[in-house]
Amino acid sequence: MPFKRAPQVFSAAIRELTLGTGGKAIAVGGENVLPLYAFDGPLKNPPRVGIELSDRGPDLSLPELAAFYAGADSPAEQARRAAAAPGADFLSLYLESSDPTGADAPVEESVAFCLEIAAAVDLPLVIQGSGHAEKDAKLFEKAAEALQGKNALIMSAKEENYKGVSVAAVTAYGQKIAAESSVDINLAKQLNVLITQLGISGDKMAMNLGVSAAGYGFEYIASTIDRVRLAALSQNDAALQMPVVTPVAREAWGVKEAIVSEEDIPEWGPRERRGINMEVCTAAALIAAGSDAVILRHPRSVRVVADLIANIL
Amino acid sequence: MALKGLDIFKLTPKTNCKDCGIPTCMAFAMKVAQGSIAIEVCPHMSAESLAVIGAAAAPPMRSLKIGAGGAHVLGGETVLFRHEKTFAAKTLYGVALKPETAAAALPEIMKVDYERISERMFVELLYVEYTGDRDAFLDLVQTAKDTGRALAVESHDAAAAKEAMEILKGLEPLLIGADAANYAAMDAVAKEYRVALGVSGRDLDELYDTVLELEKLGNKDLVLDVGHVSVKDAFAAAVQLRRAAVKDGDRSAGYPSFVNAGKLAPGDPELQLALASVFTLKYGSVIILEGMSYAQALPLYGLRQNIFTDPQKPMTVTPGIYPINGGGENAVCATTVDFALTYFIISGELERSGVPCNLLISDAGGYSVLTAWAAGKLSAQSLGKFFKEFAVEDKIKNRTLLIPGKVAVLKGEIEESLPGWRIVVAPNEAVSLVKYMKELEV
Repeated sequence: MPFKRAPQVFSAAIRELTLGTGGKAIAVGGENVLPLYAFDGPLKNPPRVGIELSDRGPDLSLPELAAFYAGADSPAEQARRAAAAPGADFLSLYLESSDPTGADAPVEESVAFCLEIAAAVDLPLVIQGSGHAEKDAKLFEKAAEALQGKNALIMSAKEENYKGVSVAAVTAYGQKIAAESSVDINLAKQLNVLITQLGISGDKMAMNLGVSAAGYGFEYIASTIDRVRLAALSQNDAALQMPVVTPVAREAWGVKEAIVSEEDIPEWGPRERRGINMEVCTAAALIAAGSDAVILRHPRSVRVVADLIANIL
Repeated sequence: MALKGLDIFKLTPKTNCKDCGIPTCMAFAMKVAQGSIAIEVCPHMSAESLAVIGAAAAPPMRSLKIGAGGAHVLGGETVLFRHEKTFAAKTLYGVALKPETAAAALPEIMKVDYERISERMFVELLYVEYTGDRDAFLDLVQTAKDTGRALAVESHDAAAAKEAMEILKGLEPLLIGADAANYAAMDAVAKEYRVALGVSGRDLDELYDTVLELEKLGNKDLVLDVGHVSVKDAFAAAVQLRRAAVKDGDRSAGYPSFVNAGKLAPGDPELQLALASVFTLKYGSVIILEGMSYAQALPLYGLRQNIFTDPQKPMTVTPGIYPINGGGENAVCATTVDFALTYFIISGELERSGVPCNLLISDAGGYSVLTAWAAGKLSAQSLGKFFKEFAVEDKIKNRTLLIPGKVAVLKGEIEESLPGWRIVVAPNEAVSLVKYMKELEV
């Protein structure tokens, strides 16, 4: 007797967000089935993989990463190298130096970095701030203005700065915006509602629901995405139907397993492998939970996660 | 499928006799439906009603034990998403041994054995497959047996399977290899040695059909091999089988699953890790890889530990004194709550600072700092009690204690309850700790 299949195809769907322009433009989201359930119905778009480039440049203490970027000394050259990494659908610029509690690079410097790269590559761009709400607000306004016509994703608008950030990015300069909340379905919904009340259409938005590395409270983000996706699809909750974009790299490379040197714990082996594995494991689990796009740092991680997606769909 | 309160109510005597201790039959039925009271508490249920409820209450998915003494539990899941209810049995990870490489691989596999938040992390299963050379196969089974780990043995040849089971008698290995062609012979071996039997098929339909045949032979100790030819088909099988069992009540789909990630991505340990991560979330009961390095184990076991926790009860760290960067009696003390997430973040940042210190974790009910404070679980009294219980003053000479910035308000009270200590308010956010510790004057 054959197995009785009971596909779950929902009448509601995740919105489709387009990023970038021209031949390399991508669409994110759009599905009306549970994450990766292509056997239930066709996925409009596969999950997308982004490669992250920090304005501080790649971590050259990692031998494979250093080899990958060898000879690429300017941001533009590094960006070209990153953009050519097999599996990368978009490029995410992490403006780490702008952090006022860190290097506190002036806004003009960060914007110049973005512009240099925008001129060098044609992949869609994501602009990640330092996470400092006040500084990000200033930075995003200028970056969005400078990148007009690029259809970039500004990441992210938070409760503290969403008004200025989303109006500047979307209404004034035609970019897309990610709404960032911290691992809570109600906070996510509330922020989405607040941003749409500014007259910003839901199909110009993504959600960053928060992120934890595997082993570091990943259950909270997994269950948050599960619940958001179920509400969006089975209850047709329009305020939660934006695609989910998750910046994995920062968390994955920031936990002990990816930081401790091989001299300190020899049995753990080389740090680069641990970082890649932490990034791959976290990203794969997030995609299984329902993230429509992940941002990774290491070209090897990008390749592996892209392979996973290609194989599973 | 589970009965609703109203369905159960219809089966009660509806007399509101209160013999169960609940005012009405309706209220009783609701409690039964929630699972907070057993149906047997009512002394007046008819045998027919109990039979109906019993059949409906049986779990939609079979629960099996494998390994010596039933060391590992598989299956028994009742929900598809962890926020509904805690998943019943964590995914088990195994490593495939090959005759030619086993001698070199085994010591590496055994090295991965450590504790993380009160859970032992190790390779639970060793996997050995019969591929035609019977002597090499049986030697390897013996080698694997000698490690003391549980075994998963795959053989589509019933005679070879029987010989392996003879070696492993009483150790409750998992036997994989029943298929459409050999299921009757494999069923006989599995029954003779009382082991769980893994079933495979060319596709989901053939697999399902073979399960039905084995059920007709009275075998319900089955494990379903989701296939190793295509990742796409394996994922589709794992999800559809679990969903059919849990959501649609198809008991013949309700068995633990077996995923050979090693065969799905041969020679690519990182892709195997990616697959293992996906199948840990989506319904893999046993996952086999070609190896297990620390680089793979650290994220994967952490992920599993997270996914298989109670969604309503936070993970906690055992209260105690945790030395960071060597700690020692002259190192400064810092305190925070026992919520595992807080502990990991704080201990991680303290480690990054490179400054030796002692992290004092008191019992705060598993709450975050502010919640614990609001609930009275983190207070001057609770810290005073912790200091006595763990004899902190005998063990540590340093008399500086950092308290979380978010409970700065407690500073005065703590100074009173811990005389002789200098109480210092640390930053509000963990990210500021590295800089703060480096600049701290002790």
